[in-house]
Amino acid sequence: MIAEKPSLELHRATLANGLRVLVVPDPATPVVGVSVHVDVGFRSEPQGRTGFAHLFEHLMFQGSESLEKLEHFRQVQSAGGIFNGSTHQDYTDYFQVLPGAALERALFLEADRLRAPKLTEENLRNQVDVVKEEIRLNVHNRPYGGFPWILLPPVLYDTFPNAHNGYGDFSELEQASLDDAAAFFDTFYAPGNALVTVHGDLGESGVDGTLALVERHFGDIPARPVPQRPSFAEPVPGAERRRSVADAHAPLPALALGYRVPDPGAEPGAYLAHAMLATVLADGEAARLQRRLVHTDGLVTDVSASNGLMGGPFDARDPDTFTITAVHPAQVPAERVVAAVDSELDRLAEQGPGTEELARQSARWAAALHREDDRVMYRMLGLGARELLYGRAELALELPARLAALTGDDVAAAAARLRSAGRALLTVEPAPSDAASTEGSTA
Amino acid sequence: MTDHRSAEEIGRTGQGPRPLPPLGRTKEVPLPDVLVETLPNGLTVLAARRPGVPLVETVLRIPAAAPGPVADAARTAGTEVLAETVLTGTATRDRVGIDDALAAVGGELGVAVDPEYLQAGGSALASGLPTVLDVLAEVLTAATHPDAEVARERARLAERIAVARAQPRTVAREALMRRRFGDHPIVSEMPTADAVAAVTAERVRELHADVVVPDGASLVLVGDIDPEAAVAEVARRLGGWTGDHPARRLSAPPVPAAGDVELVHRPGSVQSQLRLTAPGLDRTDERYTAFQLANLVFGGYFSSRWMENIREDKGYTYGAHSGQEFVPGGAVLGLDADVASDVTAAALLETRYELGRMVAVPPTEQEVTSARRYAIGSLLISLDSQSALAGTLSALHAAGLGVDWLRDRPRRLEEVSVDEVAAAAAALFAPTRFTGVIVGDADVVGPPLAALGGVTGDGDR
Repeated sequence: MIAEKPSLELHRATLANGLRVLVVPDPATPVVGVSVHVDVGFRSEPQGRTGFAHLFEHLMFQGSESLEKLEHFRQVQSAGGIFNGSTHQDYTDYFQVLPGAALERALFLEADRLRAPKLTEENLRNQVDVVKEEIRLNVHNRPYGGFPWILLPPVLYDTFPNAHNGYGDFSELEQASLDDAAAFFDTFYAPGNALVTVHGDLGESGVDGTLALVERHFGDIPARPVPQRPSFAEPVPGAERRRSVADAHAPLPALALGYRVPDPGAEPGAYLAHAMLATVLADGEAARLQRRLVHTDGLVTDVSASNGLMGGPFDARDPDTFTITAVHPAQVPAERVVAAVDSELDRLAEQGPGTEELARQSARWAAALHREDDRVMYRMLGLGARELLYGRAELALELPARLAALTGDDVAAAAARLRSAGRALLTVEPAPSDAASTEGSTA
Repeated sequence: MTDHRSAEEIGRTGQGPRPLPPLGRTKEVPLPDVLVETLPNGLTVLAARRPGVPLVETVLRIPAAAPGPVADAARTAGTEVLAETVLTGTATRDRVGIDDALAAVGGELGVAVDPEYLQAGGSALASGLPTVLDVLAEVLTAATHPDAEVARERARLAERIAVARAQPRTVAREALMRRRFGDHPIVSEMPTADAVAAVTAERVRELHADVVVPDGASLVLVGDIDPEAAVAEVARRLGGWTGDHPARRLSAPPVPAAGDVELVHRPGSVQSQLRLTAPGLDRTDERYTAFQLANLVFGGYFSSRWMENIREDKGYTYGAHSGQEFVPGGAVLGLDADVASDVTAAALLETRYELGRMVAVPPTEQEVTSARRYAIGSLLISLDSQSALAGTLSALHAAGLGVDWLRDRPRRLEEVSVDEVAAAAAALFAPTRFTGVIVGDADVVGPPLAALGGVTGDGDR
């Protein structure tokens, strides 16, 4: 029942300065996307500068040698396009999607800021304020803010890169200096540490013309040393680690279980089996935890599971986190929820999912991937992230077939692996508004 | 980190600033033909072929207004439970059986209700369309809303409502809707926990018979399909769906009256939700296109006056946005920004200033050109997926408009003049037309707002 992925041609090049280029034409659409993926995420930001990678992403929109402040936004939008950027564990992306007619303009805009961004004290202070508002909006002023992506890692991990808050501590954001920004740019934004992806309507330029345009605009960025990426590896915890956090806005308690996922580079099959396990556990009314926790036992209001802290499959390097989260009524103790999760994992570890159950989840996942790929923006970002992290944009295209090839035994092994390893248990407790969190405050 | 250049050195090269490359010619929005057919039972089917990916999107929209003239908490709660339980049982399938049938064809189906419509949105592999239609027909005509499912969803809904109402944006939305429309049924977007607790399974089944009717409903299908065959499939599977009466359309709400901004107290807030509103324009108004561009210039996209002021200059907010919401008989304009408590009064002041500037310093030719290009280009981008096209066709059909209206947008946007935009800006953004709400910690934001003036109340303290 799994339909063939429409075939896409991937064209690659590397410029003399080390910049990697991926061009993926799609004549079926009238729009084109251009993205730049830089091989630095919040795991690489310096100690004492939490949130800096994300703050720096904001600064990259503040003008460059040929573009005054505000001009980047204005030029993208007055060409009929949209833009954004985002900061992940291991990479930062910048992108635009525009009518195909604006392809060269988009390349110019991305090249100008990768070559010579205008970093000023005034813009830095302004964007510290903007980022603080972003954090107030998404974390401090709402229930379950930062749950689980900020709150869970410090329970599961011991080292700064893996455990710290990627949004950043306010006092450290305020201390960020212009010299920090210059050092960060020179170190991590070397052309050899980045990838340009062009996807969609290439118009009359075609693939060769597009590669020539990339060379014209990015080619004279001088090469700089590419930073050696440190290993972020740390041992899998041997036992369960617990922490409780108070949330002044939350009306109901919540909990998150965090496990380590297999190294996606070294064990891609086991890694994908964990991704399928997350789906079998929580996606759809027939999923194991939906049936047991939400409907049969009535323990939780909502439950979800995810193989990876922030994105889809192959969106981060090792180590990454498998999460199960639930919001539950106060009268249900967290232990009961955890015990029910454990018993469902045990059941899957012993018997695995049924053949039909697995086929249904594969079909649904394939359809969901197609649906995501129906937008140039998502397909481009998915191709670019996999190319940057794993050197294989093909991973994005192969996902439906690889998921469909998984067996019940693969998923059973994933469940057994979760049950045999240590894990983190984070509980979120509703608290009166004047109470601070007991540990790991985010502000 | 090792040796590095200074920020100033990084920002310049030997060559100096470079000229921007020119733009090519933007292509036309490639819109497919839409086959429209109304079945004998009153259901209108719209089908369009958009291959792209091997999927089909389905949007069923049934007008589902409450019959009375004022918001009815019991009815809102009842239709919410209806939406939550319609996929949980039929004569032949239970919750899991329904989901399994859909999953086998990569299908998803979700049902949601608001004061105007009950909507069922779905997607599946295109080859699975018959299955999706079978499931849809079965739940529309034979959902049983089992007692146990109603009881469980009632409990979950109460919990979810508690979580939703802890969100400042929900508090702000509810206060804003009351400020706009008083107790018209349109304000009743989320039920109360008490009303949900009182909903019985029997009542849900009565409401199903009353609300889930075909006459006046629409079903949009977009994807890798043959439109004629798809319409025939729908006729075969949904032709037997009947109802006692036509679906009920929501009456036009009152036009929001200008007035003070109401301060709503939310203790412990570190940010305030600033929400202003004024009457807007229906799509059929001759000034609509000019107004659309005026709105972009004010706050409708990133490169707008309001965003550039309170985010990029002042750092008061992560985002400021203005846009229209269509309601029966017209539209309302809404402005929203979430700002730090200590700059709430300053942000309101700047917002009023920018509104006044729309009248006193009309949009310039350059501002209008940028907005025009963005409106045309983003239309191209926003319609470049099956799901977006299906959603747009469904909303337009509900407003009595077809794909031709959409096809004509680029021309209308090209033709509208700078003077027309200026006139729309002056008429529709005048600060005296607005009212609104601010949700925040009144102990912190109250005194400066009171000093600024035009702000009343401090919530329910």
